Amino acid sequence: MKFFTFEEQLIPLDSWIQTFVTWLVMNYRDFFQGIKIPIELSLQGLEWFFTTLPPVVIILLFTVAAWRFGGKRVALFTVLSFFLVGYLGLWRDTMITISMVISSVFFCALIGIPLGIMSGRSDRFQTFLRPCLDAMQTVPSFVYLVPVVMLFSIGTVSGILATIVFALPPIVRLTSLGIRQVHPELIEAALAFGATSGQVLRKVQVPLAMPSIMAGLNQTLMMALSMVVIAALIGAGGLGNPVVQGLNSLQIGLASIGGLAIVLLAMVLDRITQGMANR
Amino acid sequence: MDQDIKISVNNLYKVFGTNIKQAMKMLDEGHEKEHIHEKTGATVGVQSAGFDIRTGEIFVIMGLSGSGKSTMVRMLNRLIEPTSGQVLIDGEDITAMSDDQLVKMRRKKMSMVFQSFALMPHLTVLQNAAFGLELDGADKKAREERALEALDQVGLAPYAQSFPKELSGGMQQRVGLARGLAVDPDILLMDEAFSALDPLIRTEMQDELLKLQAKVKRTVVFISHDLDEAMRIGDRIAIMEGGRVVQVGTPEEILQNPADDYVRAFFRGVDPTNILTAGDIATDSQVTIIATDGKNPRAALQRLIKNDREYGYVIDSERKYLGLVSADGLRDLIDQSDREPRLTDAYIKEVVPAPATASMQDILPEVAAHPSALPIIDENGKYLGAISKNLFLKTLHRNQPEETADTDQAAIEGV
Repeated sequence: MKFFTFEEQLIPLDSWIQTFVTWLVMNYRDFFQGIKIPIELSLQGLEWFFTTLPPVVIILLFTVAAWRFGGKRVALFTVLSFFLVGYLGLWRDTMITISMVISSVFFCALIGIPLGIMSGRSDRFQTFLRPCLDAMQTVPSFVYLVPVVMLFSIGTVSGILATIVFALPPIVRLTSLGIRQVHPELIEAALAFGATSGQVLRKVQVPLAMPSIMAGLNQTLMMALSMVVIAALIGAGGLGNPVVQGLNSLQIGLASIGGLAIVLLAMVLDRITQGMANR
Repeated sequence: MDQDIKISVNNLYKVFGTNIKQAMKMLDEGHEKEHIHEKTGATVGVQSAGFDIRTGEIFVIMGLSGSGKSTMVRMLNRLIEPTSGQVLIDGEDITAMSDDQLVKMRRKKMSMVFQSFALMPHLTVLQNAAFGLELDGADKKAREERALEALDQVGLAPYAQSFPKELSGGMQQRVGLARGLAVDPDILLMDEAFSALDPLIRTEMQDELLKLQAKVKRTVVFISHDLDEAMRIGDRIAIMEGGRVVQVGTPEEILQNPADDYVRAFFRGVDPTNILTAGDIATDSQVTIIATDGKNPRAALQRLIKNDREYGYVIDSERKYLGLVSADGLRDLIDQSDREPRLTDAYIKEVVPAPATASMQDILPEVAAHPSALPIIDENGKYLGAISKNLFLKTLHRNQPEETADTDQAAIEGV
């Protein structure tokens, strides 16, 4: 009985998916290329900003932000980190990575916060969304790198798309959690004073969920940074490049300084955004 | 329809759960709510509730937790959707309102004060007080002005720029009250509004409410589980038990004439001396002597002897109280006087009649001081009756478990 020996493949899911993706590429490539446009535009804008401004100005901007949101120590750490990265010869890559990360986080927030709000307000939607988020977080990114490349071709924008898939869940989850944590008495009070459903959302739920949403944003940012190397595999620029190059040609030193720069950048951005969240 | 009725609740039901139809049918058939819960899983929150709330009164809905009082008040503004029945506010059935009408009614006509204060932690005291007006779309200047006025009424204007968490519980609830007052509602719903406060602050807030009520008469629906509070502030009280309204009346009516054992048990611990007035308990069972021109001390004495009483209450033909005489006093007067004795000479001067509005607490010293019953008069000086020591004690005793034996019996039979 072939049904109980498991010696042959009975469900050719792999070839179905293959066929499906090929079909998508054949018929809807234009559509997927269209999706790239807003990402491309925002990325270009950010890249232009970070690469044309003199490094000193950039360092000043980040230091001021670090000072305001994180205090003196964070500001000092920021200055040192940026100078070190610059002296390591990774300034341009760092700026490209910052642009990538910021535009990924921007689109994650754009998609994730509304999704989180909906899932916070509707149990049914949450039940539907949860397995999707689980899948996005656990499916190894290598699995969707190939279809992403097939649909969007290689390059930084594809890297950002892969990053969005991976970094989206925390902002959705934490937004939903924040909305759900609003004390029901407060919602009842708002309703008792004649709030409409939209007013409850705007005047009570979102403001009170803000700390949680900011924490979600911080997590999303961290996850976006952790995708930098994988994004480099499909042709994204930035700090992932020295790491991938180093690995490919066994240049351990090169890979290490790339890694170091990523870690420093992560710490700087984390401290600044955490400071923002705690305000 | 009576113009004075602000809120009219007619045959209101609330059943929670999934099997609502079946539960309602079983309620119609007269099943107990416990039985219905067992059979259908549905919980009966409120059943066949009906009462009218008059314009400008403080109407207290009282009951233990689980009696359905919180559900009841939330059906008055439809935070909880009634299963069936009507809630008429100014004659309009709110259960039939569309969402828009409902929102409008909540904004214009009523506001609510919550047990847990339910202030917005991200807004300042001023913004909290202005919250209702903001929802209604009032512009910033107008709403802050009105909110500041409301805060001023509760004595919190200096704290306008603070955040709720910086204030004490009592102050936070004042903000809650100001938020309710700022929209200038006809109806104020107060859901255990003072229950979370410590006793001293609670009394203070009750006084505050009464003070505000003295200035502007709103219709206040006050939910409480605290009988002393209900007695203190309530013009009328509705007592709920197991989702039913078991009795509606003034505190005095309920205290004097509890509808059933549940209500009686409720009032068992209550000190009636602050609630009942002399007029409530005075009885006209003493001998009265009508002082017409023809009446002389001898006739008065005859009347006392005939009725076997020691004291007589002298009134005129219009029942105006004149004085108190005793049989001994009359005898002495008749024996001693050489000329024709006059009834007025026999009046016992020490006994001063008490007004009907005096509380039992107030008249206790006088009742105790004299062997006679204390005469009680109304504001026109008319004799209403008298209160003897015996009657006073009996009134106190009525609130003690007098029917313990009966209820025990019932419990045994129930088994």
